[in-house]
Order: sequence, then structure tokens, then C-alpha cells
Amino acid sequence: MNGLSANVVFEAGFFSSSPVHVALVAGGMVAVMSGVVGVFTVVRGQSFAGHAFSDMDTTGGSAAFLLGVGTLWGFLAVAVAAAGAMELLGVERRRGRDVATGVVLGAALGVAALLLFWDTTVSSTTGATTTILFGSLFTISGATVPATVAFSLAILAAASVSYRPLLFSSLSAEMARVRGVPVRLVGAGFLLMLALAVALSAITVGAILSTALLIGPAATALRLTRRPAAAMGAAAGIGLLGVWSGILVAYDSAQWPGHHGWPASFCVVAVIFVLYLVADLQGWTRAKRTATGQDRMARGG
Amino acid sequence: MGPAEASGNLVSLDGISVWLSGHEVLRDVSFSVRPGEFTGLIGSNGAGKTTILRVILGLQEPTAGRVLVKGKAGARHNRSVGYVPQKVLIDPDLPLRARDVVGLGLDGHRFGLSTSSGVRRRRIEEMLGAVDAAGFADSRMGNLSGGEQQRVLIAHALIGQPELLLLDEPLANLDIASGHEIVELMRRVATEHHVAVLLSAHDMNPLLPAMERVVYVAAGRAASGTVDEVVRSEVLSELYGHPVTVLRVEGRILVVAGSHDQTEILASAPHWLERT
Amino acid sequence: MFAGFMTNAWIVGSIAAVVAGVVGFFVVVRGSAFVAHALPQSAFTGAAGASLLGISTVFGMGTFALASALGIAWLGKRGRHDVVTALTLVMLLGTGELFLSYKTEYAQAIYSLLFGEVLGVSANEVLPSAVVAGVAIVAVALMYRPLMLTSVLPDMGEARGVRSHRMEMLFLVVVALATTAAVPVVGALLMFSLMIGPPAASRCFTDSPLAAIALSVALALVTVWASLAIAYERNWPVGFLVGTIGAALYVIGRLWAAWRQAHTVRPGSVGLAPETAPAH
Repeated sequence: MNGLSANVVFEAGFFSSSPVHVALVAGGMVAVMSGVVGVFTVVRGQSFAGHAFSDMDTTGGSAAFLLGVGTLWGFLAVAVAAAGAMELLGVERRRGRDVATGVVLGAALGVAALLLFWDTTVSSTTGATTTILFGSLFTISGATVPATVAFSLAILAAASVSYRPLLFSSLSAEMARVRGVPVRLVGAGFLLMLALAVALSAITVGAILSTALLIGPAATALRLTRRPAAAMGAAAGIGLLGVWSGILVAYDSAQWPGHHGWPASFCVVAVIFVLYLVADLQGWTRAKRTATGQDRMARGG
Repeated sequence: MGPAEASGNLVSLDGISVWLSGHEVLRDVSFSVRPGEFTGLIGSNGAGKTTILRVILGLQEPTAGRVLVKGKAGARHNRSVGYVPQKVLIDPDLPLRARDVVGLGLDGHRFGLSTSSGVRRRRIEEMLGAVDAAGFADSRMGNLSGGEQQRVLIAHALIGQPELLLLDEPLANLDIASGHEIVELMRRVATEHHVAVLLSAHDMNPLLPAMERVVYVAAGRAASGTVDEVVRSEVLSELYGHPVTVLRVEGRILVVAGSHDQTEILASAPHWLERT
Repeated sequence: MFAGFMTNAWIVGSIAAVVAGVVGFFVVVRGSAFVAHALPQSAFTGAAGASLLGISTVFGMGTFALASALGIAWLGKRGRHDVVTALTLVMLLGTGELFLSYKTEYAQAIYSLLFGEVLGVSANEVLPSAVVAGVAIVAVALMYRPLMLTSVLPDMGEARGVRSHRMEMLFLVVVALATTAAVPVVGALLMFSLMIGPPAASRCFTDSPLAAIALSVALALVTVWASLAIAYERNWPVGFLVGTIGAALYVIGRLWAAWRQAHTVRPGSVGLAPETAPAH
């Protein structure tokens, strides 16, 4: 690739900008971690819980604002409390679980409403809502990068240690129970891991991106391969691709003449959504093609 | 007199083949069900029983062949066929009583406001009585036992006044006593309401007292006729594509792999055969 | 608390409670809590888009809510429902953020879209809400039986000619309508709480579906009225009160159901207990 075409793709200053570096590193790390945890989440049908945790972090964030402690502590406290409440209320049935998730989420958001109300009246930090909801890749402070990386690696380590029982109990709870896997404990452990993973990604990249990175790449990867390990690798790759190309588009869009810079979260979400649509439509047309192929085969034979 | 009456068949399958994701699930299956007849659809898990039922219901398009319900092609949503699927999971949290489930069988497919008339209530009451479910008509569906749920689902399917009732493995999750009760109930209902029954099962023995005809499915192919015509070593060996032996012991039928002489097996393994 | 400026809040709050009680019953029965959470948030994108284009907020919201409902139904044909809902939701919020980036000074508006501005409802918001809510309730009444059939016995419904997929789409449209009716005044989160808490609690107190719907409406009304009264007296946000009262009702319902289960032994049960759905 020669210098000219590189300049067309990467607007001036992309590689020398330090917010971009931080965004690429922290966002990329979170994408890889979310991709791996996301495959379990999608296979277990817990997308709603995954998203609910990110919304509930609004509660933690606003509580931290109010108490004047670090946001991270608010997020972590809410993650642990919410995972516990869901586990207590959430029965083993999928429908019951969705309702339990919804009830906990509704209560947590209600509390967030109160805390934000106090935030806005007491300390007039009106921007709190938007910051917590959307986050911004370009405003991540460089100091949080080591913590983000360390935390992501810890979650990845936990996921790889519990890989087998987790997968087994996700695919067939009955069979896993028969084989002596403590299914309920594994489920509770996963819920806690999910809550922490989401808290970490929500504080780094915002609530929207946290859900997008958790579900999108994993769902896309599971369309491409059914093997869990391969799906995790693919999901991490797709997440990275989404975050990095999203950052690039967002950065470039601010430099285009007459253009207003697009929010990085929007760009990343759009890339991830489009990738899912492509995998979805490709799978769909392939299914149609093989169906008609079988038709012909059956009629000919 | 329509074509159905002319041929005398309620349902006929003619050379049905079905391919599902690259596998041939059914190959050249042909059989027919006559009005009021009790037919057992017998085969091991994965033999293709459910696919056959779905083809009759019009939920599965056959890759080749033709299915006629009452002489007409395109059986989809034919009200003259009632269906009780194999796995019905009812959430115990669901506020729905047994009588509500039966009511949905009567007019659950209709849009518009329900007319909660006395006639409707009486018919539901009658049907609950017919399947011996009156005792738990007001209990929550999700709290009923497997056998009780099965009765309510049969009432749900029957109240639409079908001419054919398809039951997919109704005995699968029941203990032996409840299984016998369901078979007995089906036999009674079939006679009283003049409904043909096509009931799938992996074990034919509980059905022997009720079954008039059998459709035996193995490896996607089927043979049909009376039990004596079909459940014979020659016919089943042909169907499986490898030798099998049919044993009749004390009124029960056993199908075992390999070609054996019945007396030879009985002599070599009397201790376990007597107990089964 | 019944002062002039509160009258509209009482009326609109009651409308939201009735429509949430009815639609929420099916949300809970069908296990569609996630969709009930996602569709109200389209309000946010719709409102942001509408203010950008200078068109009516309700129109913008309705458009986005309907488009999301149809999108989820269409994508849900082939993909996992929860996955598709999550992706549609983030795409909606991302688009909302894009719209917002063209506007500044919007934080307060976001707060009220999410958490509602019940106490400041203007008179000309009442009629559109009532009309759209009425349409949603009539739609549920007309599709009650096939919707119930496909919700509890999808295979038997298909065999009878009720297409589960078509019912799912119709139902999502109804949720979108309910959302459009209520969210501009009560907020996305409050609408979600109302569609989950009271209906989930009502299931624990009665076995009859129609009684459960009636109870669900009654509990939703009580929730809204109590919240409005306390909000007026103590000046707390309505969203907080609705969220916590809804959750409290659910917990009470669960406790009551557990107590009832422990104190009634039904005689004459035959056969094995029905299998519960495996948790995947």
C-alpha cells in the first residue's frame, strides 16, 4: 500500500492522536473480551440479561456521582447486586427468567431515576445521563487503559477456566446435571461474570456499545461456525474489526469537508449491525439454495 | 359423494419423500387411514414419525409425493384434522385453566370478541367430561401432571370435531398406568365420536389392544397393514434393510436385530424374556 | 394534588396504566420482556429524529417504534429473538445518538424521554395518547384468542391455521402502539416497568386469564395513582416510584404463590409431573 492511498483511508493525524490510541487499545481489548463472553451469552439465550446489566450500570454510575466515589466502584457494586437479585428471582425456566430480568431492570432504572434526579438538582451534573448512556470512545482517559486491560484479561482467564462446564451446561442442562456439573452454580457464576464483563465494557465504551459488542459479533460468528471455540475467535475478530473500523470512520468523518463528526458509538454499532445483516442474509440465501438443490435431487432420483 | 368417500380414505399418502437439511428423512412413504380407524404409527426415535404427522398436517412440504386429506391436496389447516404434539411445555406461572385450554380448541383460531355463551360453556364441560378431566377443569394447566395435561390436550384437539386425530408420542412421558388410561380413552373416544386416530409411539405393546392397523416406520421408510401383516420378520427385515426377528412372547411383541429362530432365543435367554 | 395542572397527569397516567396492563399481560405470557424494554426506547430515537426534521414527536416515535417492531419480527424469523432485539435496540440508540449529535443542549430532554415528565403533561397530549391506546386495546381484544393460542400452544395453533409468526408480528405492532401512546408522557422506562411488574404479579393471584388481565390493569392503575400521589407530595420522580412499586408487587405475588403452593395439596394426581423447560 503506498502513502497516497493510505492517506485516503486514514485522515491526517489518525496514528499520532493519543485519544485515538487509547480508543484503539481500550476499545479493542473490550471487544475481544465481549466477543468471548458474548458467545456464551448468545448460546445460553441471556442477551436480555447482558443488556440489562449495561442499563443498570446507569444506576451504579449515578450513585457513584452522588456519593463522589469512583464510577468503577458504582458499576461493580451494581453488577454484583443485580446478578444476585436476578439469580434469586430467576427461576430455571427461560420465560420466568426474562420476567425476573425485567423486574430487576425496572426497579434498578427506577432507582436510577431517583439518583439522577438528585444528581441534577443537587450537583447540577445534567450531562450525567448522556455520559453514562453513550460513553465515548474518544474521551476514555489514558490512565484507565492498564486497568481495562488487566480486568479484561482476568475475565478471559475466568472464561477459559470454566469453558467446559459452562458450555456443557449451556447446551444441555439435563445432561450436564446427570454428569455431575453443578448447573445452578455454573449459571450463577456465569451471571456474575457477565455482569462484571458488561460493567467493565460499559464504563469504558458506554452502555450502548457494551450491548452491541457483547451480542453482535457473537451472533454473527455463530452464523458462520457452529464450533464454540472457533465462534469465540471469530467473535473477537469481528468485534475488533467493528471497533477499529468504527473509530476510523468516526475520526475521518470529523475531517471530511462540510461534515460534522459522527459519534464513535454510532459508527461502531452500524458496522456491527451491517456485519450481522450480511451473515444473516447470506445464511438465508444459502439455506434457500440448498433447499431447492435438494428438491431437484429428490425429483431427479 | 366426494372423492374422499369414493376412495374410502380419510388421509392418503402416496410416495412421500422429505429432505431436511441434506438428509432424506422420509423415502417413498405410502399409506392411508380410513374413517374411524385406530392406527398406530410405530418406529424408534428419529425414524420419521413426527415428519409424517407434519406432512399430514401440511406443516411440512414433501419433497416428492402427494398427500390427500379427505380427497383434497394441500392439507394445510384442514379443520378435519386435530393434532396433539409431542412436547407441550406449559409454564406453571401461566394463568390458564384446563377449561381455557379446551376453549381455545373450540375457537382459538378465530379473531374477534369471544361470545361466552351458555352453549360454548356446555360444550367445553361435555368435552372435559368425555376425557375424564372434569375433576381438574379449574386447575391451572401448568400444575397438572403429565397424564392430566395429555387428557386436556386431547379434549382441546377433539372439541373442534375433527375426523382424524393425530397424536405424537402421547405416551412418551407417562408412567405405565397413565399410558394405559390414555390408550383406553383414545379407543373409547374414537368409537364414541367416530374419529380416526393416528397415534405415534416407539413401543407398540401398549397399543396392541386398541390398534386396528399399524404403520411401521424404520429408517425413513414405512410399511402398513394389520399388525399380523406388517409385524413379521420378513417385512421388517426388508424395511430396516438388515435382518431382524419378531418375537411374540405372552401377548407382547419384541423386535430384535439379527436373524434368529424364536425357539432358539427363548431357549438361550428365558430368564430375561419371561420378565419383559 | 388534583389541581388543574395535575388533571392531565392523572388522565394520561391512567391511560398508560390501562394499556400497559392489557398489553403487558401478553408481554409476560409470551416472555417478551426484552422487546417491551426495547420498543419504548425507540421513542428516544424517534423524538430526536423528529426534532431534527422539525416534525411532530409522536409521529417520529410511532414511525420508529413500528419500524423496529417490524424489523424485529422480520429478522426474528431466522435469528434468535433476543439477539435480534438486542441488535435492533443498539442500532436504534446509536442512531438516536447520531441525531442528537446534531443538536446540543438536549440532556434534559433525554432525561424526560427516559424517565417521563408526567407532572408537566399538556392538554393537547391527552387526546393522541387516548386514541392510540384505544386502538392498541381494541386490537388486543380482537386478537385475544389466536394470540393466546399461539402463545401457549404454538404447534397446535399452527396445525389449526394460526401462523405463530404472523401473530408475533401483530403483537409487536401492538406493543409499538402502546409505546407510542404512553412514552411521550410517562417515559420509556416507566412504560417498561408498567408492562412487566403488574402483569407478572397478577399471574400469581388467579388462574383465569381474563381475571388476570383485569387484575393486571387494576394493579397498574394502583401503581400509577400511588406513584402520582407520592410524587406530588414528596417531589420524587415518578419513574422511581413506578419502578419500585412494580417490583414490589411482583415480589409480593411470588411470595403469595409460594405460600399457596405450600398450603394446598391437590389430591388425585396421576402420572409424572410435567417436564419443565430446560434452561439453555
